[in-house]
Amino acid sequence: MEKTINITLKVWRQAGPKAKGGFETYQLDNISTDSSFLEMLDVLNEKLVSERKEPVVFDHDCREGICGMCSLYINGHPHGPDSAITTCQLHMRKFKNGDTITVEPWRSNAFPVIKDLMVDRRAYDKIMQAGGFVSVNTGGVPDANAIPIPKKDADEAMDAASCIGCGACAAACKNGSAMLFVAAKVSQLALLPQGKVEAARRVKAMLGKMDELGFGNCTNTGACAAECPKSVSLSNIARLNREYICAKFKD
Amino acid sequence: MWLFNSSVGRKFVMSITGASLVLFLLFHASMNLVAIISPEGYEWICEMLGANWYALVGTAGLGFLVFVHIVYAFILSIQNYRARGTERYAVVERQDGVEWASKNMLALGLIIVLGLCMHLAHFWAKMQLVEILGEEPASGMELIRMTFSKWYWAALYMVWLGALWFHLTHGVWSALHSLGLNNNIWMPRIKCLSNIVATLVVLMFASVVVYYFCMGCCA
Ligand code: HEM
Ligand code: SF4
Ligand code: FES
Repeated sequence: MEKTINITLKVWRQAGPKAKGGFETYQLDNISTDSSFLEMLDVLNEKLVSERKEPVVFDHDCREGICGMCSLYINGHPHGPDSAITTCQLHMRKFKNGDTITVEPWRSNAFPVIKDLMVDRRAYDKIMQAGGFVSVNTGGVPDANAIPIPKKDADEAMDAASCIGCGACAAACKNGSAMLFVAAKVSQLALLPQGKVEAARRVKAMLGKMDELGFGNCTNTGACAAECPKSVSLSNIARLNREYICAKFKD
Repeated sequence: MWLFNSSVGRKFVMSITGASLVLFLLFHASMNLVAIISPEGYEWICEMLGANWYALVGTAGLGFLVFVHIVYAFILSIQNYRARGTERYAVVERQDGVEWASKNMLALGLIIVLGLCMHLAHFWAKMQLVEILGEEPASGMELIRMTFSKWYWAALYMVWLGALWFHLTHGVWSALHSLGLNNNIWMPRIKCLSNIVATLVVLMFASVVVYYFCMGCCA
């Protein structure tokens, strides 16, 4: 049986990167608890369009938790109050009738607001471009089992690789630090023999880029891992520190 | 220089200085325990350290560590505040498993600095400093008895130690983590170690305060 709820939305509206933003309050009635959070925002936008008002701009793409676009800070949590899911996987059954829901964009110096709830997350792409890859000569494809890899390492690399680059870690962090993201991207390669070859160069380049882009210094609060939709582990940050410190001592 | 220009480098300095200070505190606290076990022994320790060259070198080293730790603490905190951006979140909820201390290290540190000033004025200025100036140092035991028999000093010392406890419950494991000495298996272990070290240090210091406060009440 379908259940519906009435909610009040407080949404951050900002005309452009330099414009002064502020909260707008909207009343939405008869929202199905089976709908997703983004579907609820679609309903809001249809309503706004029908009233000839400007719809709320928010990022989204896959709507199934794999692209990392849906960067919304809901009721004090990146990706909402539920754990280990993205905003697009959040459902309205997590809210109660009469709730007021506050929706804000990621707030971090390195993620400037483009419009309303949409932020520029290209800083993460720049970090990847600085070294988050393995240089290979594309020749014949080697057999997948030609290089034996311990199961434990493969699993840990896989867990790190589950990071979707959504930016929730930096958004959650009181220090605006991107360490969990960089740690995941450094770890996914540093744990594997193919990635070890360039590990030192990679960690220096990626961390250097991260610092240059104005992210903060990690103080190990752990807010990032608590909010990460993919449950990337905090100990990846220890690996990042280790890789970086060792690389610097070798220089 | 990476110890200054990179975030991990700055954290490296923070953790090395912090961890060295923890080691010093363990050493300092075990000396204090002697004041309960044997007041004569304590006087002997005070005399032996006094203003000898090794005590002076130690003091200078300590001063350097504290100085670097505090300067870096401010640099890191300012950079982190800026990195958060100009616009702040309207709603901030706490996350599971995020320690309160980890978010308030600077505030706790400031309480520690204030306590440190009080402590230096009470003891160091009357013991090592006067000895450096060529005068006769005060008796360590006398100073302990005098200071802690006053309830307000005893209370302030306890507040100070409380702040230190919070600082260290996060600080110890955080320092190891910053140095890269952590993984999924060791995470709960070093967090436990952190609580043990913090509690041990604070208990050792606090026991002297409480013991001499009670002695002062009985006398
Ligand atoms: C007895 C004195 C002190 C000891 C034993 C101590 C110990 C530590 C340790 C072990 C850490 C962890 C380092 C890391 O996370 O890598 C730390 C962090 C910190 N300390 Fe202290 N500390 C002391 C005094 C102070 C003072 C006086 C201040 C400031 C005014 C201060 C401010 C901080 C701050 C802000 C951090 C967090 C830095 C970060 O994680 O980036 N501490 N301390
Ligand atoms: S580590 Fe987690 S929170 Fe950070 S970008 Fe990756 S998936 Fe998002
Ligand atoms: S829209 Fe792709 S992860 Fe949410």
